Amino acid sequence: MTRTRTDWLAHIVLGLGVILFAFPVWLIFAGATQDAGAINRGDLSLLPRLSHLGIFLSVLRHGAADSKIPVWHMLMISALMALGIAIGKIVISFISAYAVVFFRFPFRRIAFWTIFITLMLPVEVRIIPTYAVMANFGMINSFAGLTVPLIASATATLLFRQVFIAIPDELVEAARMDGAGPIRFLRDILVPVSAANIAALFVILFVYGWNQYLWPLLVATDPRLDTIVIGIVQLIDTGSILTPWNTMMAMSLLAIIPPVVVVVAMQRWFVKGLTEVEK
Amino acid sequence: MERRTIFGGWFLPAALVLPQLLVTILFFLLPAGEAIYQSLTATDAFGLHTRFVGWANFAALFADPTYLATLLRTAIFCALVTLLALALALVLAVFADREIRGRAIYRTLLIWPYAVAPAVSAVLWVFVMHPQVGILGRLLNRAGLHWDYTLNPIQAMGLVIVASAWTQVSYNFVFFLAGLQSISPAVIEAARMDGARGFHRFRTIIFPLLMPTTFFLLIVNLVYAAFETFGTIMALTRGGPGQATETLVVKVYRDGVVNLDLSGSAAQSVVLMLLVIALTALQFRFLDRRTN
Repeated sequence: MTRTRTDWLAHIVLGLGVILFAFPVWLIFAGATQDAGAINRGDLSLLPRLSHLGIFLSVLRHGAADSKIPVWHMLMISALMALGIAIGKIVISFISAYAVVFFRFPFRRIAFWTIFITLMLPVEVRIIPTYAVMANFGMINSFAGLTVPLIASATATLLFRQVFIAIPDELVEAARMDGAGPIRFLRDILVPVSAANIAALFVILFVYGWNQYLWPLLVATDPRLDTIVIGIVQLIDTGSILTPWNTMMAMSLLAIIPPVVVVVAMQRWFVKGLTEVEK
Repeated sequence: MERRTIFGGWFLPAALVLPQLLVTILFFLLPAGEAIYQSLTATDAFGLHTRFVGWANFAALFADPTYLATLLRTAIFCALVTLLALALALVLAVFADREIRGRAIYRTLLIWPYAVAPAVSAVLWVFVMHPQVGILGRLLNRAGLHWDYTLNPIQAMGLVIVASAWTQVSYNFVFFLAGLQSISPAVIEAARMDGARGFHRFRTIIFPLLMPTTFFLLIVNLVYAAFETFGTIMALTRGGPGQATETLVVKVYRDGVVNLDLSGSAAQSVVLMLLVIALTALQFRFLDRRTN
């Protein structure tokens, strides 16, 4: 390469991009440590008061002023929901793709297309009727109601199907020669072979589950099932001079951290998985 | 493509597809059917009698000027969110693809926002742009610009578009970067030998090679803008002031959940389903063409 001097233009453009995303987050970090009254008067500052970092702990323990639900509880519900959706989706998609690829059974095609059709129906599109169905099953205000309707996904099934189809027939034959039955084949060959895909899907689905808003808003009116996202938007709705701005900022930061940690820690799988899953 | 080697028996595979199939039927097909049924019927004020009314709910919907206005507004909103999110991501990806120091760090710092929930990103924007509290909104007012997105419809729409695009940039960035990295260095080198430089090289050689990625992202972004921005809009403006930022999904929610107009909201849901099916079909036709 002949290029030895610094590419200033690239550093400037990328630096501006980084600031565009980091600035609001720094702002809520600094704001969380400030006095709610001062913020309300228009004195939100970019300098954090390091002596007031305790706000994060007190929000975790006690929640917002008028709410009885502490933030650690909301974070726990969010985490359980995200994990339930991610693991649930991966498991049921994995086994159904396995059945469709490695077996021949009556109605196999119909089963596959029925699953495939769900690709077209995001939850936002069928709000009211899905709610009606949930009410009939008595699943309103239950943890199952929060997660189960979101765990069917055609995307994950399609991805695993592609992975399984690409496995050479010789490998399957060899496994059968060794006397591996269908269950052992699934456990000893398929799971290790698709480990990277499972990891990528986990990141994508964890973020998807953590970030849900409309569905929990409808299905869980019981405050004990409030996710962190619901808790924050509820605070903003009160939107008056009494809004505890600093509490809201502390909560927002706490809401961002877990999914960001998951994405950054698993970045390599996530990038590979994202570009493969969606194509 | 079909496998040659398979396992025998049908009980095990049936048991393995059953969970997925059950969830699909109970929570996807049943509600979709219910929406279609409700959209073709009307229930009296006491909820005692339901009768079949054919297309009447749809006719009423498309005769309603507020619905048509929401349809148009949603189209404009989706187009601008998509344009902004794609353009910004493309610029960042092109520079992140260069051989510069610290590019792994830049990438991480541009990918993490993927994890921020749309509703939470709206809260972040409140603190930046709120007319009294927000750090920039306040400055705009001090400069005498009369900035108040809670009262001014155009400012409200602008803010909702920017906040919605902000959350989607990382996703597009990942795909554009993957697309750029899959372009063979030989192609770029050949272009350089031919004297194609800078922006000209990008426009004539690189961008055409990115077209498949761009088209894929175009559809994904339109679907995102249409359906997944509900949280952003609710947290920022609740669809207001008036109907200024009310998209189709916000309207379904307002009419169905808040105003309890079940038939009208069901008809709207059916229209949305047709929209999603059309977009998905478009995407699959494109994928088919590319793989063949």
